[in-house]
Amino acid sequence: MNHDADLTQQLTAPVPQEAVDRLRADLAQRADDADLLDVAYRTVPTPIGELLLAATPAGVVRVAFAGEDFDAVLTDLAARISPRVLHAPARLDPAARQIEEYFDGRRRNFDVAVDLSLIGGFRREVLDELQTVPFGVRVTYTELAARSGRARAVRAAASACAQNPVPVVVPCHRVVRTDGTLGGYRGGLPAKETLLALESAAA
Amino acid sequence: MTVPFDQVVTRHGATVLRVCRAVLGPDHAEDAWSETFLAALRAYPDLPPDANVEAWLVTIAHRKAIDHVRRTARQARPVAAVPERGSSRYAPGGWERDLWEALGDLPDKQRHAVVYHHIAGLPHAEVAAIIGGSPAAARKASSDGIAALRRHYTEEHP
Repeated sequence: MNHDADLTQQLTAPVPQEAVDRLRADLAQRADDADLLDVAYRTVPTPIGELLLAATPAGVVRVAFAGEDFDAVLTDLAARISPRVLHAPARLDPAARQIEEYFDGRRRNFDVAVDLSLIGGFRREVLDELQTVPFGVRVTYTELAARSGRARAVRAAASACAQNPVPVVVPCHRVVRTDGTLGGYRGGLPAKETLLALESAAA
Repeated sequence: MTVPFDQVVTRHGATVLRVCRAVLGPDHAEDAWSETFLAALRAYPDLPPDANVEAWLVTIAHRKAIDHVRRTARQARPVAAVPERGSSRYAPGGWERDLWEALGDLPDKQRHAVVYHHIAGLPHAEVAAIIGGSPAAARKASSDGIAALRRHYTEEHP
């Protein structure tokens, strides 16, 4: 008879995962109500792979591609914004729905608040300007630099696009090279091609 | 701390629920869990990077459990710390009802020492920092508590 082993086993018996999951979802809601949800995140499936969406109370602060390693992205957000990061789908429901509609060809403009606090200076001005480039239109890095007020800052404009923390929603995929080639894309060139093809088919 | 809090919940959520369940019983465990993690989330940005996160969480859970016992004591329940009997919100996952009762019947210090050492897995020194007293006293409280549970268990399961 081994009552001690029985006893230890009883003491450390697992709790139902269902209970932990439910408490966790409830915690996200309570945290939001208490203004403690500094960064909410969720994922959304798309034709270019699963996207990670993260939002501060000010708006969508980060969209990440599957190739970026979501854990690393969340760790970066914890360091740069706040470690109060929780899986909290509710805050991002509108953004996720609009992204699904966009990929379904049922939406041309995103109507969600964007938080560009991860990028500063001229590059932020470039991304502000980029949000005025309409669905289905392509601009060059040179044009984007000029529209942002510094015609000669073509490299800075390209760097702003490369570091765009909110791709897809802030449409850096609409920026191409002067010779018509695609340039780069954080989500990979096939993703950029898919987005441009989707928009030219619908436009 | 720069680890996303979400990972803290992933790593320690189940353990803290086991601790809350053992200290307060199944009927109050979930409230205590929620209060613990909400308080932890509030304080988390100021937690030093080298802190023992599990010991920190158990410390918060311990305070919440004491608050809870005080609240219920003010509501003039006969034996505040003993889990309510005869009800269970979810299948206790291998826990038998009589083990709740046996844990609830232990003196507070023994129950806390048993739970924080055997369920949370904290060393006696960490347990002592949470419940007060010396590590040796925490070790004794834990082994006395286990001995009492074993007596109960042996009687119930001959």
